[in-house]
Amino acid sequence: MVLGAALENAIPFAATHELIRQGRRDLNVIAPISDISTDMLIGAGCVAEVTGAWVGNVSGGMGHNYRRAAESGQPNPIKIWDYSNFSIGMAFFAGAYGLPYIPVKSILGSDILKSNSRIKLAQNPFSDEPEPVALVPALKPDVAFLVVQRSDRFGNSHIWGSTGLTQEASIAADRIVVLADEIVEPEVIASDPSRVLIPGFGVNAVCHVPAACHPAPLIGRWKRDHAFFHVYHKETREPEGFQRWCGEWVRDVPDHEAYRAKLGGQLEELRIRGNAPSAPANYAAE
Amino acid sequence: MPPSKPPSKPPSKPEYSTQELMIIAAAREIKDGERIFVGMRLPITAYGVARLTHAPNAVGLFESGVVRYEPAEGMLYTMCDGPNQLGAAWTTGLIQIMGLLSGGRIHAGFIGGAEIDRFGNINTSYIGDIDAPKVKLPGSGGAPDIAAMAERLIIVMNHQKHRLVERVDYITSPGFLDGGDARARAGLAGAGPQVVITDRAILRPFGPENELHLASIHPGHTLDEILENTGWALKSVPDLGETAPPSEPEMTALHRIDKEGFWRG
Repeated sequence: MVLGAALENAIPFAATHELIRQGRRDLNVIAPISDISTDMLIGAGCVAEVTGAWVGNVSGGMGHNYRRAAESGQPNPIKIWDYSNFSIGMAFFAGAYGLPYIPVKSILGSDILKSNSRIKLAQNPFSDEPEPVALVPALKPDVAFLVVQRSDRFGNSHIWGSTGLTQEASIAADRIVVLADEIVEPEVIASDPSRVLIPGFGVNAVCHVPAACHPAPLIGRWKRDHAFFHVYHKETREPEGFQRWCGEWVRDVPDHEAYRAKLGGQLEELRIRGNAPSAPANYAAE
Repeated sequence: MPPSKPPSKPPSKPEYSTQELMIIAAAREIKDGERIFVGMRLPITAYGVARLTHAPNAVGLFESGVVRYEPAEGMLYTMCDGPNQLGAAWTTGLIQIMGLLSGGRIHAGFIGGAEIDRFGNINTSYIGDIDAPKVKLPGSGGAPDIAAMAERLIIVMNHQKHRLVERVDYITSPGFLDGGDARARAGLAGAGPQVVITDRAILRPFGPENELHLASIHPGHTLDEILENTGWALKSVPDLGETAPPSEPEMTALHRIDKEGFWRG
């Protein structure tokens, strides 16, 4: 499953927490980066495989749970499928558009070709000279959890700011769960179809979850909670520390509404109150 | 963030920090009009200094899907933070931005690393064995893509013996691989690492083997100290010199960018 595709913003932490609360096991977490979301799931024992380019704490340093799992199999061993950002993106692209694999040049020379046995080295069949290419197989996730700024009740979603691999991951996935910061009338979305990144016909569930991205940022809605990442890094240094942290912030919190209430004023301080709207685009036909 | 400074300094101490010298050395590597993969922290500041001094038409790209002309106002913790998106030239997807690399349209990119070897290969993935690593580092991100496809690579890292090693355990981001023309034979487009800026010196590839050589020593550091802190028998280029200290315009630009004194340290 894809848990966040935009890199360091719009990470669906609300879904991460719920997967931990439900005690899900043996997940293959697909995320190019997704900051501490992957580290949390590993520490909680939910993960069998990690498919991605980077796992850690972007502003804090290394991911302690990721290290423990890879170095000493705690709380359980994990299989790591190494990609670079561009090669995982192209794997989604192939998955999205029905290609069995796609040639990529930007991981040539990298030991990713050694540690990820799914990627094969080949020669460009159209070239008379030797021209190596890496063949990256299509990635077709079962489900993608994606945070959007606003959606209508059918899942037609507006996203703005940088989007990482959101588009490719959503088209490649069998099922899409949208975590919308705001639910709006369909007319609002239809007023600006160029801003739709996820059309509703592929969406299986729309959840209204304000600040589902916390502690990651969401452009125009929520600032990044830098201190939260720092505290996580400090408190999860030892396995017991992670269990304590996870109890306090995930397992003992019944749902995201309670999580927001627990954050209280800290969350309110992250709410973006400024106004920097784009100019309207005229779609008139006559 | 910075501690308050004592009112007077000993006269021998230069009027800039090591970090500031590294930023300015990095800024000098950016040419006017170039499209640069910037990355976070120090390179972002270096990009800002270059724009304000000799490279007003440089363009900065961020792999998450951001292109900027003017560097963002204020301190960024990640490239996806709001301030990096407000006033951007383009916010889009990763494939659109990294595809420019793959298409050969990017002049230079910055990367850092936990380990580098004498052929400029970088490891940010595994220390020790892949199947039973001594240390599992966070991984590649977009660094291999940048290392493989940018026309040239600018590397910034701290200069310690356990970081500058004879041979990395794992090549996350390729430099010159086994040296010589190994890089071209592997099908890599870009020219590879052209400079390694450390907190003690500047290294550059030299000779037919493309081995990293000592190119200049930062003021206040010595050859012996650098050799002691390098994990291979580091050779010097014939015209080994001293890194030029920051000029007044460079420092003025840096202080305009780094208003909070984050790098003054």
